[in-house]
Amino acid sequence: MTHFPDASAASSDTPSAPSSTSAVEPVSALRARLNSQLDSAARAWLDRALDEAAAHPGTHGPISAWELRIAEAGRRCGPEHADTARILLLHAARADADALGRVYRQGTAAERRAVLYALPHLMPGPDALPIVEDALRTNDTRLVAAAVGPYAARHLDAHNWRHAVLKCLFTGVPIDAVADLPHRARADAELARMLGDYADERSAAGRPVPDDLHRVLALTEPGSDAPTASAPSPHPGTPSGKES
Amino acid sequence: MRIFDPHIHMTSRTTDDYEAMHAAGVRALVEPSFWLGQPRTSPASFLDYFDSLLGWEPFRAAQYGIAHHCTLALNPKEANDPRCVPVLDELPRYLVKDQVVAVGEIGYDSMTPAEDTALARQLQLAADHELPALVHTPHRDKLAGLRRTLDVVRESALPPDRVLVDHLNETTVKEAKDGGCWLGFSVYPDTKMDEERMVEVLREYGPERILVNSAADWGRSDPLKTRKVGDALLEAGFTEDDVDQVLWRNPVAFYGLSGRLHLEVAGTDATHEGNSILRGTPVTDAATREA
Repeated sequence: MTHFPDASAASSDTPSAPSSTSAVEPVSALRARLNSQLDSAARAWLDRALDEAAAHPGTHGPISAWELRIAEAGRRCGPEHADTARILLLHAARADADALGRVYRQGTAAERRAVLYALPHLMPGPDALPIVEDALRTNDTRLVAAAVGPYAARHLDAHNWRHAVLKCLFTGVPIDAVADLPHRARADAELARMLGDYADERSAAGRPVPDDLHRVLALTEPGSDAPTASAPSPHPGTPSGKES
Repeated sequence: MRIFDPHIHMTSRTTDDYEAMHAAGVRALVEPSFWLGQPRTSPASFLDYFDSLLGWEPFRAAQYGIAHHCTLALNPKEANDPRCVPVLDELPRYLVKDQVVAVGEIGYDSMTPAEDTALARQLQLAADHELPALVHTPHRDKLAGLRRTLDVVRESALPPDRVLVDHLNETTVKEAKDGGCWLGFSVYPDTKMDEERMVEVLREYGPERILVNSAADWGRSDPLKTRKVGDALLEAGFTEDDVDQVLWRNPVAFYGLSGRLHLEVAGTDATHEGNSILRGTPVTDAATREA
């Protein structure tokens, strides 16, 4: 079986690569790194596109010029650099929650993924959560992996966050994609219960329990240095709000 | 044998088909937007369909190591329904997407004035977006339909060498070739072309600018017909290079006119990590089961 993508390679190239912390790389660093990777033609295209987006943000005409640049970023910069180019364009255009929602809704899967990666760079508050929730409803693991980044770690309520973790295990998204996992999982008895039930279900079916499940389960133990802010909500399902 | 199916409607097919296609050598395909069997009644259902061709379907294909691109358009049949025609106003924002490699399927079904208008307008959209066009030729009154198609192409801003005229057969291939277009043949179990007739057409016209597709959809059709044509060609004495030209290099050349073809798939996109099509079965399970 060689044609299935290698699960272990997940997300290693992505710009705000999901990590175990919710630290977000500054946009200036993203741009510097991308500049060093693009050839001169692509770099020139991106410079022009970013200047244009900065000069003419917002909506104008049937489709704004900066949104056209987002659509064509893959073929101009190369698919492997499209996420970063699109984040930079969204940033240059100062996209707010409405604009991000529109680009996501009208986007290809690749554009949607870039919007998800852009959220922690652009959105200080929870207004863009509907985008994350939409992505978590899909079965496209590229979108699920992008949805559980630092923005979800900061803003997703406890119920939806636990289901996102379970969905990662369920669909084979490496658990390393979940930002701030140790912090949010610590002393989460409800998550521990859900993981235990899932492990039981796998065992009953004669199927192996994913290694990642045991890793997350270990993280749900109440640690001696557990900050009080990460204690599980007394009412599962109520928003945990901003925890960090 | 590496195969590029330049016309197949995977939305209507199963994951078993993807698996069998990969095993047969299919590594790339183009899915043209078309009629779904059940008529649509509003532009909104076109938009969901277009989104699917740019989202979920390429994801499914990638899981089987197949590069997926699409062509988008208002199809000829539904161009006759005034409730659907407004989708033409939405097409420009879709035709800029990275995975869109042509405008299509456009063309004639019943050769009505509404189809004339939609065809001409969408050929112009192709020219405006620097895209080639995939033009379906009608199943009924095919030769007359082909001639009218070529007339409209000649009057358009799109040069004929950026037009793929599809569903050709013995009665229409010569005029389409003389018209300067790329030549598409759909191979079907019962209708359209079959493998042996395809061999004869290639004997007479040579492999230049000829593309073979399965056009597999929700009807009686076979997504492995491309491979079967390749086998029939080898058996008839064509070289492996001839087969590679027809089944791979010609579709790459035609859709490559868009400047948007990206043929590397599995292993290059690092974020294709999971395997949700197996409905919750982790990748390792699939590997074990199929090993």
